[in-house]
Amino acid sequence: MLKHRLIPCVLLKDWQLVKSIQFDSFRTIGHPTTTVRVYNARNIDELIVLDIDASLQGEEINTEIISDMANECFMPLTIGGGINSIDAIYKVLDAGADKISINSIAIENQEFIREAANIFGSQCIICSIDAKKNGNQYRVYNKKKGVLDVDPLTLAKEYESKGAGEILLTSVNNEGTQNGYDLELLRLFKEKLQIPIIINGGMGRPDHGVDAIKNGADALAAAYIFHFSQYTPAQIKEILNQANIPVRMDLFEMS
Amino acid sequence: MSSDNTIAIVDYNMGNLRSVEKAFQKIGASVVITNDHKIIENADKIVLPGVGAFREGMENLKQLGLIELLNKEVIQNRKIFLGICLGMQLLGKKSYEIEETPGLNWVEGDVEKFKIKNLKVPHVGWNNIFFTKKSSLFQNIPDQIDFYFVHSYYFESGTEYTTSLTNYGVDFASSVNKDNIYGCQFHPEKSQRFGLEILRNFMNLTNDN
Repeated sequence: MLKHRLIPCVLLKDWQLVKSIQFDSFRTIGHPTTTVRVYNARNIDELIVLDIDASLQGEEINTEIISDMANECFMPLTIGGGINSIDAIYKVLDAGADKISINSIAIENQEFIREAANIFGSQCIICSIDAKKNGNQYRVYNKKKGVLDVDPLTLAKEYESKGAGEILLTSVNNEGTQNGYDLELLRLFKEKLQIPIIINGGMGRPDHGVDAIKNGADALAAAYIFHFSQYTPAQIKEILNQANIPVRMDLFEMS
Repeated sequence: MSSDNTIAIVDYNMGNLRSVEKAFQKIGASVVITNDHKIIENADKIVLPGVGAFREGMENLKQLGLIELLNKEVIQNRKIFLGICLGMQLLGKKSYEIEETPGLNWVEGDVEKFKIKNLKVPHVGWNNIFFTKKSSLFQNIPDQIDFYFVHSYYFESGTEYTTSLTNYGVDFASSVNKDNIYGCQFHPEKSQRFGLEILRNFMNLTNDN
């Protein structure tokens, strides 16, 4: 049976891994390669790293760190942040990433998704959508441009039709709150897409993951719970498992 | 016949090969990414990874002159071979992806698309494999372990060469073995400890196995 994935989603800033709080402030997690080594030893399902120096400061994506992380990472590794050309995707994959995540470039030019999917395959292209609740409706949020007059689900469907392989859906309101995933947002997406939805933002306790899966998420991305809570990945999965959610159990801890 | 202990990872422009290289390096294998005929001829073993479309995969192999070379090395010279993901699918007789395309036709079986109501395609994530036959690649691997998959087409099950099954709406062949030819639909290079174990088993195979 296919399992629901539990995925650390962390940010790369000033050669450190950090997590953000409502897209605003940051808390340091640790050194990239050391952290990845720990994730690997803990038998994590998958890992997403977003380079925010590249996305926000416009710096070249740091392929040196990506390569160092990939040397320690024997699970799928997604890299995002500032990727805005086919050439950049080649570089990131050559450094050892398995998938890439794009955000701004997809908003600006959806044909880029088609072009990238044609070259690298849809399985390689994660489209990231940041959604913010505005009054009683959700709108797409972009770190550079702010709130856009675009419906997140409409955008996700367009991305899917252009060849996106997965959607990384982040709730700006819930991100960094530890109050749970944005279930209202998830319900809007439930059974509307053919491709998997990775929900991100707000996981503070394992039962938040249970709620998200029951409301339509295919995979769970989180940062806080892995680094600043008392739960280990194995304990989180145990609780998901008890709620009859199929997960990959850590029955054979790595020595 | 084979003159060094190198594993050649065949580069035919079908996706990212770096992960496969890094995983083999992790277990101490001597490995090279190449499409140079001489290097492939001199290698001890051959790995054909790849993600993407079947037709393009066959087309690229053809354009690089690799179909003849692989037939010579793997079928004639019985060099030990592993196909991963698309690389396993290409072992089959034909695929119905986009249009009917013949494969390498080394292992009996066709490649079909997942067409199951309410199931998302691609099949992406961790899923368990059920052993159906003894395979040298499964040494030290417990039955029903999860491996990482990402694919939209599958290798049909039910042939005598299927070594494990996985279920995603249908039972499909998640690994095959025929003589010196091995294939796995999942990505051992991305399947943590037991994935590396499979690559180690492959690395340690000899023609006497």
